[in-house]
Amino acid sequence: MSESRTFGSQLLSGLRRLPIDTSLLAPLLALLILLVVSSLASEFFLNTRNISNVLRQVSYTGIIAIGMTFVIIAGGIDLSVGSMLALVGVVLMYIVNAIADPVQAVIMGMLGAVLVGALFGLFNGILVTKGRIAAFVVTLASMSIFRSLALYFTDAGEITTRNPLFNNIGGGFFLGLPIPVWTFLAMAIVAHILLMHTAYGRHVCAVGSNAQVARYSGIRVQRVIMSTFVIAGVCVGVSAIMLASRLNSVSPSDAGYFYELDAIAAVVIGGTALAGGRGSIWGTVIGALILGIINNMLNLMGVSPYLQGLMKGAVILAAVLLQYRRNT
Amino acid sequence: MSHPLLRLRGISKAFGPVTVLQNIDLDVEPGEVLGILGENGAGKSTLLKLISGVYQPTAGTIELDGQPFQSLDPIEARSCGVAMIPQEFNLVPSLRVYENVFLGQEIRRYGLLDRRTMRRRTVEILASLNVDLNPNLMIGKLSVAEKQMVEVARVLVNDARIVILDEPTTVLTDREVAVLFDVVRSLQSRGVAVLFISHKLKEVKELCHRLLILRDGRPVELCATADLTEEDMAYRMVGRELAQIYPDKGSTPGDCALEVQGLSVPGLISDISFRLHRGEVLGLAGLVGSGRTEVAEAIMGLQARVSGSIRIDGKPVSIRDPDAAHRHGLAYLSEDRQGKGLILNFNVMQNITALSLKRYVRGLIRHGAERRQAEHYQERLAIKAASLRNPVGLLSGGNQQKVYLAKLLDIHPRILLLDEPTRGIDINTKQQIYRLIRSLADEGNAVLVISSELEEIIGLADRALVMREGQIAAELTGDQINEQDIMLYAAGARHRDSGAPEPALN
Repeated sequence: MSESRTFGSQLLSGLRRLPIDTSLLAPLLALLILLVVSSLASEFFLNTRNISNVLRQVSYTGIIAIGMTFVIIAGGIDLSVGSMLALVGVVLMYIVNAIADPVQAVIMGMLGAVLVGALFGLFNGILVTKGRIAAFVVTLASMSIFRSLALYFTDAGEITTRNPLFNNIGGGFFLGLPIPVWTFLAMAIVAHILLMHTAYGRHVCAVGSNAQVARYSGIRVQRVIMSTFVIAGVCVGVSAIMLASRLNSVSPSDAGYFYELDAIAAVVIGGTALAGGRGSIWGTVIGALILGIINNMLNLMGVSPYLQGLMKGAVILAAVLLQYRRNT
Repeated sequence: MSHPLLRLRGISKAFGPVTVLQNIDLDVEPGEVLGILGENGAGKSTLLKLISGVYQPTAGTIELDGQPFQSLDPIEARSCGVAMIPQEFNLVPSLRVYENVFLGQEIRRYGLLDRRTMRRRTVEILASLNVDLNPNLMIGKLSVAEKQMVEVARVLVNDARIVILDEPTTVLTDREVAVLFDVVRSLQSRGVAVLFISHKLKEVKELCHRLLILRDGRPVELCATADLTEEDMAYRMVGRELAQIYPDKGSTPGDCALEVQGLSVPGLISDISFRLHRGEVLGLAGLVGSGRTEVAEAIMGLQARVSGSIRIDGKPVSIRDPDAAHRHGLAYLSEDRQGKGLILNFNVMQNITALSLKRYVRGLIRHGAERRQAEHYQERLAIKAASLRNPVGLLSGGNQQKVYLAKLLDIHPRILLLDEPTRGIDINTKQQIYRLIRSLADEGNAVLVISSELEEIIGLADRALVMREGQIAAELTGDQINEQDIMLYAAGARHRDSGAPEPALN
């Protein structure tokens, strides 16, 4: 008994000395267990095509979750991302359909989507900082506004495009993996560097940890908070591009539906504190993967889709409980 | 009495491999005031947290009234009559005074809150402490001393049998300390045992019957206070003789580094004018709430609606935010180390480079350079930390303060505004900080020291300003910097037109 305990503590302290963040251990372990269980539970799971599909599915919310990580670390929350995705998607389709030259249309559409996403994020950010309204309230309102506008502009109908190139983005492959997966990975790397290795990332953590200390340290707290919402908006823009081009269409009522919850869940499962101040991008990536794999496993096993929400909820609770244990 | 009120036997506490408290035996009788002395990291706070149920001992037993006292949490401890008044208060800023006093023990009538009775009782209790405080005020609007009185009132409502006061006087002015001592004596006469933790030997000597002195987690002395002189106490705490605490004062000051003229913040300070010279340590004394902190914050661009002018090295400057102040060579150490100074979940390194981060960035942060600089400060300021990667919140108060100072020093400021630079830290660290302040001045920097400890102003300052009600009441030099003169001006018993010289201004 005592021997196993010393072994355990030795193992733990050994792991602590490894050059990885120990807070990532729990989600990483969960992911590994999930992979093993899934591959045992269904012979189709490790099928290349299935894996590639899961990864693609994960990418859409994963990209958004990366932006969400910044917002949450800085002490905020963004509930509007799902609706924003729909509205940005609608704008994107308008641009793609409005320009005759297919190459130009795609390029302008992508730039437009990112720009519009950034603007919507800025809108949220300005209300939170200058308007001094709680992020929860601001983004709850804008969630409603964005969805409503998306429905209004399209008369609630799906918009499609006949652009021959557009589908090559979201539907395309590179080195055997879907483009959205590569995009997700690239954005995660950039975001990780931004968060952990730049002054900006340090400032985001400082603001979320103790805004007062940050202010006394000469950090422009308002600007930092606002910028995290812009980052979230940009991520939504990128996600909208991936999703719309994969489907060649955007449905204003379905697109991004409940994405805000998936994104927040991924962030929380990844070990980022909802109270702000600390977190990690890789944790978020792992969190998104866990959610995606659970969904997929339940589908493969033929579990009722109505029960999938229950599993997701249970995993979120388990993750938070584990974090709570670790912190006390 | 067959058994004492509180009995500790063989108490030890370890965090992982680190033993912070070893083999403590202690009996506390009702109506006794027991002083607990020790340097930072000696284990005082840990001992208190064991008694008040925040921590569980690794070994040993705690008995209260002969009953073993186990698996406690702070709430149960409170219901057993053990109440702790922590250094960092546990008050809810958004609730009113009386709501805080009765928090968790609200008086009810027919199941509803009986606000009137709670208000009345609060006024009564505060009156018995000689404190005139509106029970309807929000806690957030109170001064530190007033908040402490609210904490004391809360304990009195509780009918506590053991009251633990953790460094209660560090945040108080002398007059407030006297009030607190009266309160402690009245607790004692009601048979309440008081555990009193302080760095101020004089206070311990004055107030306590017996003393427990800790060093490196071990008890080195448990005896009647009368058996020890203050020198003995200091010697036993540090384990060696203390040299003179304050360094020698400086020679003639150099050029004017900072000139403040007519600085005002509506409702807080008005018409503040003074000069701060290179090589000088200028003391800023005054009661809590006299506007000392606000002067520093106004200079740093931390207050809104500031009027008046500031010159640095003779050139007028406009400072709108701390970042601008830092660029002009100013640095400010807040009195609120944990609330405004350090990010507790950041590590030592990240805190030290919080102001100077730009210097470590070449596109990306150069973590190696950052760590080397942190190591440099760790050595220079003798910061005791297991690892520079540990969260700064795990360090003792004195070491946190050193990290905070390192954070300022890393932008190489030429004008330092230090607000209560030695609050809540032990005598050894204090001495180190006094030496540091003097050496900074000797290197040609200008230093303003704001302090509630008169001794500190007297021992450290070449020149002193005394504030009262948002204005400068007097400027004192040389022998004028003494306890009596400072108090007379600070309390408003004397005014500067009655003989004291005007501040040297044009």
